[in-house]
Amino acid sequence: MQHNEEADKGLVSNKSADIVVALILIGVGALVVTDSLRLGIGWADDGPKSGYFPFYTGVAIILASLGTIGFTVFGRGKGTGQFVSRGQLTHVLKVFVPSAVYVLLIGFIGIYVASALFIAGFMRWIGRFRWHTIISVSIAVPFALFLMFEIWFKVPLPKGPLESLFGY
Amino acid sequence: MEALSSLIAGFGVLGDPMNIMYMFIGITLGVLIGVLPGLGGANGVAILLPLTFSMSPTSAIIMLSCIYWGALFGGAITSILFNIPGEPWSVATTFDGYPMAQQGRAGEALTAAFTSSFFGALFAVIVVTFLAPVVATFALEFGPAELFAVQLLTFCSFVGLGKEPPLKTITSMMLGFALAAVGQDPTAGQLRMTFGWYELLHGFNFLIAVIGLFGIGEILLTMEEGLAFKGRSAKINPRVVLQTWATLPKYWVTALRGAIVGCWMGITPGGATPASFMSYGLAKRFSKRGPNFGHGEIEGVVAPETAAHAAGTSALLPMLTLGIPGSPTAAVLLGGLLIWGLEPGPMLFVEQPDFVWGLIASMYIGNVAGLIVVLTTVPVFAAILRIPFSIIAPVIVTVCAIGAYTVNNALIDVTFMMAFGIIGYVFKKLQYPLAPLVLALVLGDMAESNFRNAMVLSNGSLSIFWSNGLVGSICGLAVLMLVWPAISAGIRRLRPAASHGQIAE
Repeated sequence: MQHNEEADKGLVSNKSADIVVALILIGVGALVVTDSLRLGIGWADDGPKSGYFPFYTGVAIILASLGTIGFTVFGRGKGTGQFVSRGQLTHVLKVFVPSAVYVLLIGFIGIYVASALFIAGFMRWIGRFRWHTIISVSIAVPFALFLMFEIWFKVPLPKGPLESLFGY
Repeated sequence: MEALSSLIAGFGVLGDPMNIMYMFIGITLGVLIGVLPGLGGANGVAILLPLTFSMSPTSAIIMLSCIYWGALFGGAITSILFNIPGEPWSVATTFDGYPMAQQGRAGEALTAAFTSSFFGALFAVIVVTFLAPVVATFALEFGPAELFAVQLLTFCSFVGLGKEPPLKTITSMMLGFALAAVGQDPTAGQLRMTFGWYELLHGFNFLIAVIGLFGIGEILLTMEEGLAFKGRSAKINPRVVLQTWATLPKYWVTALRGAIVGCWMGITPGGATPASFMSYGLAKRFSKRGPNFGHGEIEGVVAPETAAHAAGTSALLPMLTLGIPGSPTAAVLLGGLLIWGLEPGPMLFVEQPDFVWGLIASMYIGNVAGLIVVLTTVPVFAAILRIPFSIIAPVIVTVCAIGAYTVNNALIDVTFMMAFGIIGYVFKKLQYPLAPLVLALVLGDMAESNFRNAMVLSNGSLSIFWSNGLVGSICGLAVLMLVWPAISAGIRRLRPAASHGQIAE
């Protein structure tokens, strides 16, 4: 989740991406260490306390990430590569943003309708297909999934108003 | 010879026609998963795992392991025809496979790839059949300290054998352990790192992590290239197959070497990907036609494929006998065992012989079935790859979302999946290895319990880890693995001239 800001930066070199990610990881490590300290990292009557083991994982994350930063800043060569170019980032966001919207929609209109809209939108926007192709694919796929999960395997997936209209 | 009679009993389990059907379904799905970008063996199995909860564990593991074999076969198809490795372990197959396809020898390359995969798998299954009972009997004597030592060795091997920067390997592994610790403490029942967020009560499920890291992350990476598949056409007919088979026995040394390298790397958690590179490198060094490698040499297809499939198969040996998976997919299968209520480890051989030997027997038949399926259906799968990515991508995201949801029937998991997708994308680009993260997430609770039990036994003294010869030597080996990158860097500095054979980079 914190990595969202990561992508927003646009053109990033490998070097700065490495440092930013290591800093985030240090933050995660600090979080682990803090909570482990709260739980106790010592010895209780019946053995090690709850924080005993995670504490050291947190410490290791922090130390290793500090090492990574060290190597990135003071190391020779390598850090020159491009982490992501503007074009690449655009491509990635073209998949990621619709997918995120899709995940958000599932909660409101159910997974089948959301999937149909997602597939149709994606095919139209990225693929520029003709409408009849779009409509047939975006209806066929969720319908096949519906048959497979609700009818064959009897695994209920999130459903919305449309499905309840048909009594599901 | 006890192994043989157990194996025959195992084949009896396969007498159930439903199990044979699951096997073919598994293989076909597996090839499909191996061919499509973003759906690899690990997350393909992860997505389908929840569907098997209602099946008997034996049928379920047969289907899921067959998905794995299918994915191992399928990775070769995209490598050879499209120069896109469907799976990381088929990267080395592109070196000579794609040039062969460009020269119009696609059928030959595919036949060689499938046949050597099959050979590698068969070799590994035989190793598993005879070695697994021995290891299991031996491991029955293990206490918590020994079990933790073996797990320690597993994780240190990632640092020593991986080609990613060692510090990043450690970070990724420890992140996995930290994520595994989230939720209820398995021993004391206290809540850890939930920060009052009740969705985190049960912690992060490794299936969600696998689907996000490998599925969504892979889709994002694939999309980055603005992907357009440009494939060679595949024509496989019986004549090409037979002609290629006639030439293959010439390469028995390469195949045997590949299979041995594969078994070694699969049992130690090196995994299929490094095994395939190592086998390719060795074949190039020792072959008379070495300089031709990279220009469409059939031996260059045989070498990585035997090793990859042997490694993928033998990765199940430590999973079954010690409860330690040798690859991410084996880790997911191990998670499946836990969900079905089976405790992986040496007791499995004593308590669930039907399950274990049914699985091992299915590995023999599953690979024969796999060979038949791939040889007959290559054109179909090649056609699937011609479906534009703008249709494939949203469908794969949908399938991943459904897979993530069905794990716990929780919508929040789908959101976590997307977050893991971003982590997977960023980590992959910055060379943080994902396999140790997944393995740590799966094994985290188990490793922690073993560690704590060992500590309770010794009253908190670390000396228990060198209290006897066995645990001491395992720990010693683990420490050696951990510091190996530093040692090898030192050696390289002393002998700067010795830098040949670095194909893997």
